[in-house]
Amino acid sequence: MTDPSRRPAVALAAAVRSGERSATEVVEEHLATISQDDGTIHAFNLVTADEARARATAIDRQVARGEDPGPLAGVPVALKDNLCTRGLPTTCSSKILGGWRPPYDATVVTRLHAAGAVMVGKTNMDEFAMGSSTENSAFGPTRNPHDTDRVPGGSSGGSAAAVAAGFAPLALGSDTGGSIRQPAAFCGVVGMKPTYGTVSRYGLVAFASSLDQIGPFANSVADAAQLFDVIGGHDPADSTSLNRPTPRALSVVDDGVDGLTVGVLTEYLDGVDDEVAARTRAAADALAAAGARVEEISVPEVLLGLSAYYLIAPAEASSNLARYDGVRFGLRVDAEDTTTMNTATRSAGFGAEVKRRIMLGTYALSAGYMDAYYNQALRVRTKIIEGFAAAYRTCDVLLGPTTPTTAFAIGEKVDDPMTMYRSDVCTIPTNLAGHPAISVPFGTSTAGLPIGVQLLAPALAESTLFRAAAVVEAAADQGGRT
Amino acid sequence: MSDGWVMVIGLEVHCELRTETKLFCGCPNMFGDEPNTNVCPVCLGLPGSLPVLNQRAVELAMAIGTALHCDIRPSTFHRKNYFYPDQAKDYQISQYDEPLNADGWLELPDGFRVGIERAHMEEDTGKTTHAGTSGRIHGAAYSLVDYNRSGVPLVEIVSRPDMRNAEQARAYATELRSILVASGASDGKMEEGSMRVDANVSVRRSADDPFGTRCEIKNLNSVRSLGRAIEYEAGRQIALIEGGEKVIQQTRHWDEDAGRTQALRSKEEAYDYRYFLEPDLVPLVPDAEWIHAVADTLGLMPAERRARLVELLDGKEATDSASQVATVVDLGLDDLVVEAVARGVSVPLALKRTANEAANDADAARRVEVGSYVALLTMEANGTLSATQAKAVLGDLLAAGGGDPAAIAKAKGFEAMSDDSLVATVGEAVASHPDEWARFCGGEDKLSQVFIGQVMKATRGQANGKAVMAELQRLRAEAPPG
Repeated sequence: MTDPSRRPAVALAAAVRSGERSATEVVEEHLATISQDDGTIHAFNLVTADEARARATAIDRQVARGEDPGPLAGVPVALKDNLCTRGLPTTCSSKILGGWRPPYDATVVTRLHAAGAVMVGKTNMDEFAMGSSTENSAFGPTRNPHDTDRVPGGSSGGSAAAVAAGFAPLALGSDTGGSIRQPAAFCGVVGMKPTYGTVSRYGLVAFASSLDQIGPFANSVADAAQLFDVIGGHDPADSTSLNRPTPRALSVVDDGVDGLTVGVLTEYLDGVDDEVAARTRAAADALAAAGARVEEISVPEVLLGLSAYYLIAPAEASSNLARYDGVRFGLRVDAEDTTTMNTATRSAGFGAEVKRRIMLGTYALSAGYMDAYYNQALRVRTKIIEGFAAAYRTCDVLLGPTTPTTAFAIGEKVDDPMTMYRSDVCTIPTNLAGHPAISVPFGTSTAGLPIGVQLLAPALAESTLFRAAAVVEAAADQGGRT
Repeated sequence: MSDGWVMVIGLEVHCELRTETKLFCGCPNMFGDEPNTNVCPVCLGLPGSLPVLNQRAVELAMAIGTALHCDIRPSTFHRKNYFYPDQAKDYQISQYDEPLNADGWLELPDGFRVGIERAHMEEDTGKTTHAGTSGRIHGAAYSLVDYNRSGVPLVEIVSRPDMRNAEQARAYATELRSILVASGASDGKMEEGSMRVDANVSVRRSADDPFGTRCEIKNLNSVRSLGRAIEYEAGRQIALIEGGEKVIQQTRHWDEDAGRTQALRSKEEAYDYRYFLEPDLVPLVPDAEWIHAVADTLGLMPAERRARLVELLDGKEATDSASQVATVVDLGLDDLVVEAVARGVSVPLALKRTANEAANDADAARRVEVGSYVALLTMEANGTLSATQAKAVLGDLLAAGGGDPAAIAKAKGFEAMSDDSLVATVGEAVASHPDEWARFCGGEDKLSQVFIGQVMKATRGQANGKAVMAELQRLRAEAPPG
């Protein structure tokens, strides 16, 4: 077993389970850090201090009675604010959900509670998960803990920043086109997007249903593996949830890469910052040194990912976001008739990026345009799946950068959506394919900003993915700084 | 119908399935409950909720497909996007280009076959009540929405444009309703909206011409309305064309009170539904085993049920009794007739009492103890009770769900007339109508009705018609010739 300092959340849970530390003490420590620093960082839309304290007390009582509260006993967890929490505001960082309190918990929330985790708050995000910087939030941007003038990435920027700032050792985000991995890379933490269907989407407020997947943030690969083990598994409430055993993660994380073939994805190295490319090559060397066979591989179809994504995701979003009509929940701007009320509510409640994508998606699905846009994008999606399948005939995992650049400055790209969209160019193809991928911090730039490298694997190959990620992480820890 | 003109009619029938729960959630599928009590996050379209397909609804839909001789195929669900307050998600989940059931037919009682294009699954909407004078959304002071019906399973059965007059359309709707009830899929109650019919109507000058421009008529709340609306609409279209105008393709609303159709919206104003594959559901691919299992549980269909009764009758009676046969099958009372006959009741009597009297309280008749029913008909057949008395006893018998008809008759004071009393009464009738008696003796058999009527009047229906007839025959045989 690895050094416990390399798996802080797992170690914390072990200490609480053994009675060595109390959950209350752990939670109070984290709440103190939040109250000290979150005024600057703004990782949270809501800090659920009272609920966290009550839960910590309950866990301590369980331990006192000799019961096992579960593998995440007493571990603070931050939840992206698009995960439904019963009785607690769930805003998606949008004005349109103002005042809404879901009457139910998302399946992942139920599973976290069952594992003994303690939710400390709901994290800021790009509105409805649409964005790459967490600047598209109705509640203001989140700041990158490594440089508060820079963005944390997005859309799960609040969750990534919460882990990076020490507000919680674990967090959940959602990844539709890179919304976990990109902010993880920007904030210097581990972020993982599971195979589509391994984690229930029930209670995740939908952005693009065929792409959305909930996944973990952590300070280490092993902690991310533990969180994946807790949230994964079949859920009858989600028809797209796979009814088969979830790949093991924590138990195999130290198994190494001996005998695995790693393909360095050449398309992902084109057009990225030199420092980012250099760190990616260094990660490849580390994998080779650990016993993997490393080769270059080309999957040209991934270059089509960005354009396909910006048709498919907005198309689904245009439908998913139709329900915010002022009739049943959230914001309502009253007007003389229903149609005017709908329009007034949506005009006032949605931010600019959400409106842009609803219009894009509505257009892509419109009669006369659907075949040229939406259906064409679906054909491209199939091509991407075939391209990856060809690569996985010779490779077990693929390696590339997570993002083309390190974290950019707040405000730098807000007026240029196309440049903003490009920051997800290396993460989007994975979502289109439904595959798992993980971003692991691997050194910093000369400016001192974190650089993430990304490992990709075929569907349900999470075990292999975590093994390779742990090897990369170990190499980074052994002084792999530029 | 004006000379030479031919109607072309196709019907779209929405049928609510008789399941315990809704199509995509576990809420009760119940008509008439307190508004918004049978609701949950799924059927309210709350953020984060996801649909899970109801297996029983699929089975009932397959039963309909089997009864309509359709191919049951691998199918998918789409989203039909449009804004309306009673549409909880602002899209409807419906089958689109890959319906569960396709390419079948329905045979009308006269042998004419109407093609079935498809019978697909979809969810129902909630129900809006517009407060104010008009009852329509425009000009309403406010509107109330009841989501109890939201997500109730529907099958939409689309006929081919094979019908050529209103009578065929009425026969189709009636027969389809019987099939839906017989298959157990629906209660077929048009008045409660569990079966809703829309008619597509066009006209052309001759059967050799191509189809004319069609209009779709909505708000048809009974088979009678359907016939009236079609007649009106065809007449309207003919008048337009004969007046040198064109029929505009549009959706029209049937105004029952005014007896005419009114334009709702034209093709140009039609919604662009932006259909796309529902990403929250997986394809529905019933295997052969499942399809056969559903077919095996399907009972006799109305056509088979009618044939079964016709077989019990001889040829002449069958023609005379066609409407009685249709009635008992339509009301699901044919099993009662068949059972009564099996227990010795004559076919005409069983058919007549069931179609004419029991049919008035069909719900009770379907539940009545067969033994009691048979005992009553036997008492009528052997003269213990007159027809009038038997009908009166039947009313009580149905209300009680069964019981001993002899006891009911006694309680009502019905006693068979003694032979002496009958003979005396007939004698009085003969004596008071000497002219009719002479003509009856001369061979005018029809005049027996005069005497039977007299006797019935005198005995207030207590006399047995057959016994009276027998006595008349006896007296005539004894009468002196000339």
